Amino acid sequence: MKRKKIIDNEIVRRDFASGGEVSSRLKKLLRKLGVDKQDIRRTSIITYELEMNLIIHSEGGRLKAFVTPESISIISKDKGPGIENIDKAFEPGYSTATDEIREMGFGAGMGLNNVKRFSDKLEVESEVGQYTKLKAIINLNQ
Amino acid sequence: MKLSEIKEKLQLKTVYENEKYLELKVKTACGADLMSDVLAFTDAKTMLITGLTNPQVIRTAEMIGIKIIIFVRGKNPVEDTIKLAEENNISLYKTEKPMFETCGVLYNLGIKPEKMVKIE
Repeated sequence: MKRKKIIDNEIVRRDFASGGEVSSRLKKLLRKLGVDKQDIRRTSIITYELEMNLIIHSEGGRLKAFVTPESISIISKDKGPGIENIDKAFEPGYSTATDEIREMGFGAGMGLNNVKRFSDKLEVESEVGQYTKLKAIINLNQ
Repeated sequence: MKLSEIKEKLQLKTVYENEKYLELKVKTACGADLMSDVLAFTDAKTMLITGLTNPQVIRTAEMIGIKIIIFVRGKNPVEDTIKLAEENNISLYKTEKPMFETCGVLYNLGIKPEKMVKIE
């Protein structure tokens, strides 16, 4: 199974002005590749939530996307601060976002839930003070 | 209902308009100030009613294919928001009405709510 990297970008902490640019580019690439509309939509939501999470919550990190004929994987890996309680981070409505972030329309405590619900498989690894890595897999509808 | 009719009934002011959408039939809409709530919907969407005016609103709309955004409470979007909307072909309107009233008028016109995926 041939795996092709189509996105590999650095995401900078608090760079709201660029927020969503990578997701937007991925969406256009997937459209060119002729990926199913619903799959593009699911992938876009996942990528956008992960991209905004990197901007809002992390010290910065990388966002990558790989495609095979069967699936798309989105990998987000940051340089910290790590998630103390992963179960809690997945509770709908739970958020550590500041008021300033909430005023921008983020920090609803729904981001990771959205990632989980639109993925076919989601792996989360995190070490406090070190990193958080998320890998979301979207099986393609063929 | 056609967007052109909605525009008239709500007396919407145009911020940026893609004329092609005026004939578009709007069946459902969603009102939200939280972007993750907008992303949580699964049905194909056309219209978003929001009080947020930053460029992230356009990015959010772009991700799920929203074509029309109505800004409530008389808010003016910043220039970056309008620019991004133009690039992505998303029509922007504004109304002086608050969110509740705007949604109420649309509901009375027969616009249905979007279905949300249940959170387990």
